Amino acid sequence: MEDLQLPAINYGALSPMLILFGAACLGILLEAFLPRGRRNAIQLTVALVALVAALVAVILGRNTRVVTIGGAVAIDGPTLFLQGSILLLGVVSLLLIGERAVENGGAFVSQAALTVGSEKDLRQAGSAPGNTEVYPLTMFSLGGMLLFVAANDLLTMFIALEVLSLPLYLLCALARRRRLLSQEAALKYFLLGSYASAFFLFGVALIYGFAGAVDLASIHAAVADPVRNEVLLFGGLALVAIGLLFKTAAAPFHVWTPDVYQGAPTPITALMAACTKVAAFGALLRILYVAFDGVRWDFQPVLGAIAVLTMLTGAILAVTQTDMKRLLAYSSIANAGYLLVGVLALNKEGLSSTMFYLVAYGFSVLAAFGIVSLVRDADGEATHLSRWAGLGRRNPLYAGAFSFIMLAFAGIPLTSGFTSKFAVFGAAIEGGQTWLVIVGVITSMVLAFPYLRVIVMMWLSEPGESTPTVSIPGFLTSAALVIGVIVTLALGVVPAPLLDLTNDAAQFVR
Amino acid sequence: MEQTVEYAHATGLLSGIWLLVAIPLASATVLLLLGRKADKWGHWLGVAAVAATFVLGLAMFFSLAGLDAEARSAEQSLWDFIVVGELHVDFGLLFDPLSGVFVLLITGVGSLIHLYAVGYMEHDEGRRKFFAYFNLFVAAMLLLVLGNNYVMLYFGWEGVGLASYLLISFWYTRPSAATAGKKAFLMNRVGDAGLAIGIFLMFATLGTTQYDEVFNGVGALSAATILVLGILLLLGAAGKSGQFPLQAWLPDAMEGPTPVSALIHAATMVTAGVYLIARSNPIFSANTTLQTIVVSVGALTLLMGCIIGAAKDDIKRVLAWSTVSQIGYMFLGVGLGGGAYALAIIHLLAHGFFKANMFLGAGSVMHGMHDQVDIRRFGGLRKYMKWTWLTFMMGWLAIIGIPPLSGYFSKEPIIAAAFERGDWTSWLYGMAALLGAGLTAFYMTRLFVLTFHGPERYTEDNKHPHESPYIMTVPLMLLAVGSIGAGFLMASSVPDWLEPTFGAEAVEHHAVMPHWLITVLSLLVTVLGAGLAWALFRNGTAKQEQPAGVLVTAARRNLYTDAFNEAVFERPGIYLTRALVFLDNKGIDGAVNGLAAAVGGSSGRLRRLQTGFVRSYALSMLTGVVLVVGAFLAIQLGWLA
Repeated sequence: MEDLQLPAINYGALSPMLILFGAACLGILLEAFLPRGRRNAIQLTVALVALVAALVAVILGRNTRVVTIGGAVAIDGPTLFLQGSILLLGVVSLLLIGERAVENGGAFVSQAALTVGSEKDLRQAGSAPGNTEVYPLTMFSLGGMLLFVAANDLLTMFIALEVLSLPLYLLCALARRRRLLSQEAALKYFLLGSYASAFFLFGVALIYGFAGAVDLASIHAAVADPVRNEVLLFGGLALVAIGLLFKTAAAPFHVWTPDVYQGAPTPITALMAACTKVAAFGALLRILYVAFDGVRWDFQPVLGAIAVLTMLTGAILAVTQTDMKRLLAYSSIANAGYLLVGVLALNKEGLSSTMFYLVAYGFSVLAAFGIVSLVRDADGEATHLSRWAGLGRRNPLYAGAFSFIMLAFAGIPLTSGFTSKFAVFGAAIEGGQTWLVIVGVITSMVLAFPYLRVIVMMWLSEPGESTPTVSIPGFLTSAALVIGVIVTLALGVVPAPLLDLTNDAAQFVR
Repeated sequence: MEQTVEYAHATGLLSGIWLLVAIPLASATVLLLLGRKADKWGHWLGVAAVAATFVLGLAMFFSLAGLDAEARSAEQSLWDFIVVGELHVDFGLLFDPLSGVFVLLITGVGSLIHLYAVGYMEHDEGRRKFFAYFNLFVAAMLLLVLGNNYVMLYFGWEGVGLASYLLISFWYTRPSAATAGKKAFLMNRVGDAGLAIGIFLMFATLGTTQYDEVFNGVGALSAATILVLGILLLLGAAGKSGQFPLQAWLPDAMEGPTPVSALIHAATMVTAGVYLIARSNPIFSANTTLQTIVVSVGALTLLMGCIIGAAKDDIKRVLAWSTVSQIGYMFLGVGLGGGAYALAIIHLLAHGFFKANMFLGAGSVMHGMHDQVDIRRFGGLRKYMKWTWLTFMMGWLAIIGIPPLSGYFSKEPIIAAAFERGDWTSWLYGMAALLGAGLTAFYMTRLFVLTFHGPERYTEDNKHPHESPYIMTVPLMLLAVGSIGAGFLMASSVPDWLEPTFGAEAVEHHAVMPHWLITVLSLLVTVLGAGLAWALFRNGTAKQEQPAGVLVTAARRNLYTDAFNEAVFERPGIYLTRALVFLDNKGIDGAVNGLAAAVGGSSGRLRRLQTGFVRSYALSMLTGVVLVVGAFLAIQLGWLA
């Protein structure tokens, strides 16, 4: 019998993921052994320290270009950039998740198992300290995302997908208020997510049938082979892409997004909108640019049609939304479309501009959801659009910040929204995808309407009886808001350093 | 003859040029952001910021003076401002002799006026906001004169326009103030558009907007290009400086608080046009037609200002028209070119002192007279306001050009230079300038006599005029000292100082008459004008407007320029707008609204697909999967077939 050869493992290159998974396991132990009252502070500290440590590890290893653990993980420029982005956005999300000052006990239910509407449930809604399992769950999810963008074979990618998704399903169900909506959202997300995972897995099977391997380099080689099985190749490619497009919320696989964004606790929605998007696009970029580079002319029109459909769906449906979180969900769908435009440029600029867009959008959307979590009345967050009327008169600071973020989403110059759209559209024109850019610009104009309507509501309407007040945020939310707004402004005014960074990072290893 | 322009790098103290802009800007930001929390001390912060800038500017000025004559410039590039394709614009600053004297004027006179405003605005609720805007103005004005390229200049140009707009309509609850602000804004738009197109033209023909590169490249341009470029710049300058044909906004701008009129609409911002032309001297000197246009605008405006000023009864409006007219002298100076550039700058500085002095004096009079501005209802105020009277007298004597006050040293050389232009036009411009001097003496004496001398003609509620507090009179005294002494000091030193900017070109003498004769003549017309006014108004005047002859009526109506603007621009403009609105409503809006309705309708219909049922979501995903996989395979099978 042959000796089993263990693959060489480059622990240094893997350290960011190891740190996060380690912190997650540590968090579970802490959960078991710490007294209830002290858990929150310690868990939050552990999670933050882990994220910062992982970020430091990414920065220290910034020149690593290696494929390790038997070809399962590729650490290269895009991986490191995207991992760094996920970690940075993760820190800001964690600040929102850790907020306990806005509402007694925070945004999370104290015990997820309590029956909705029971006496105990009513009691917990008032003041019980929130669930602290959210921290290890978030760590697992973020760790999965780091692996997702680094995965160099389809099975690793599938495992990463599940590792990042399962905790998210749980997190969605943990809202302190409107628990039925939250649990419904989680169930929908879980069912549809599993459904999409099944497609992904089926696609992996077809690809294995096609290439005889699941690692991206072998697939690339097989694609280049002139004698190939077209049905297996394109069937597999389509199904794998669909699995990823589900996570990116591209139409027609976006259907879960509005319901889940609305039902999930707002900090978790922010986490999904910012970090999950980075991870999903990271994986999509790697698959399309590394494995299926050889058939780019074949998948470009189909995915282009999906991009167009996504932009149109997001923009048109955003027009009639009356709930702030659903509005942001459709905005997120439309942004997935713009990101796809960048991806489909299929050149170096496409890669770098997509990465730039992901960072810019992530910070803006975190700030937006941060403010949504502050606009409250006695029943929790007041997300109906009509409730925001006249907010500018009562709380000019937060209404001003939200208006700024809305302008950024609308792509007004001097905000990151402008520079990032400019970058992806520029790349797409370079890549010969002018038709996508035309649709992109038109839908941007349509989207400006719902964004500006929010601004008009806040500033030009008289505050009514039902206009809620903005809670004074604790330090954590304030920090998250300040970071989000400053980055949105900074990337609009001096985008050059980050653009240079994405340019330097835009080279995959195979 | 071509002289290359080269700027040295900023070193030592001069590497802090950016602080000159940053300090007042920071103060304005603090005052605006802190809101009411800063109400108690905000005005002192405003004063301190400008005073600190003055001290810093003075130190830099002396450190610049310590350098060799040819090395007297300091350029500092802070960061890349705009980089798009071929266009490269630095966020860069330049401290050279020309910007140096402007910095001193802006911050020096500015400090005094800020100090004065502490007293003047004491009872105003918006005092903190006022100082925030005032600081903002100083920052923008300094950016305007310190920029090292035309885009920076434009940046500051718009900044001072914004501050001016905010301050003119500072008392925005008064309809007249709001309208005046709007008028200033719109008329400035016309000029600013000219300047902007000029900058575009510069980029299109020379590929740069940096001062040194533009000036070195001017020689390569065709005469027609230079002419067009110069006219566009002149349009911008005329808009900002209230010159013909864009003069109408400046007198209306007097609706703002008086310190604003003194700082922005007399001493500094309105002279930005002169700065623009003086700074662009290599462009203007390169084309004689262009120079003739500038001289004509100056001469025409200076006469217009005098004539209208003589017929006005509102103390601030008389001063405003006087500003229009004095800037006309400056345009005349910069238009003459050569050595007269420096003369115009000297007049600009001297004017900054004596006009600020008189505006603040007018403010002091208004302060003591319950905001009365009608000079027909003043009279005999010298008994009640000793300091205001005395300081105003210095300003009056300075502006009409009585030696040895500053106006004599700054205005008389411009008149002489106009006579020395060289051909028959010497007579035209020389006589205009000379006539202007006589008229200036007339209307300023009228203003002075009616306000401070003669019988008291107060309204019923104004029986007890009083002197203003020291915080207001001390700046007046300092400015009066400036009005007395500044002229002589500058006339002897400034031309040499500005030599690095304007070149060492000697004034060409084609005198049509000896210099001493010009001096005698100008003194003579001054004394005549002043004497006539004194004789006419010694015993006061009627308290209401009296019917008058053709000329006076025309002058009261601003020489019908407003009516002209209304008939030629406003009415056709309104008709054009109406026609466009009609087209817009019927045609374009129809299409747009239809489109919007289509989007909204489809949105409403598509929304129904979002049922909330997982089963239908799964179905729609499945449909998507079938379509995508089908599309991929269809493409392949199609090719296979």
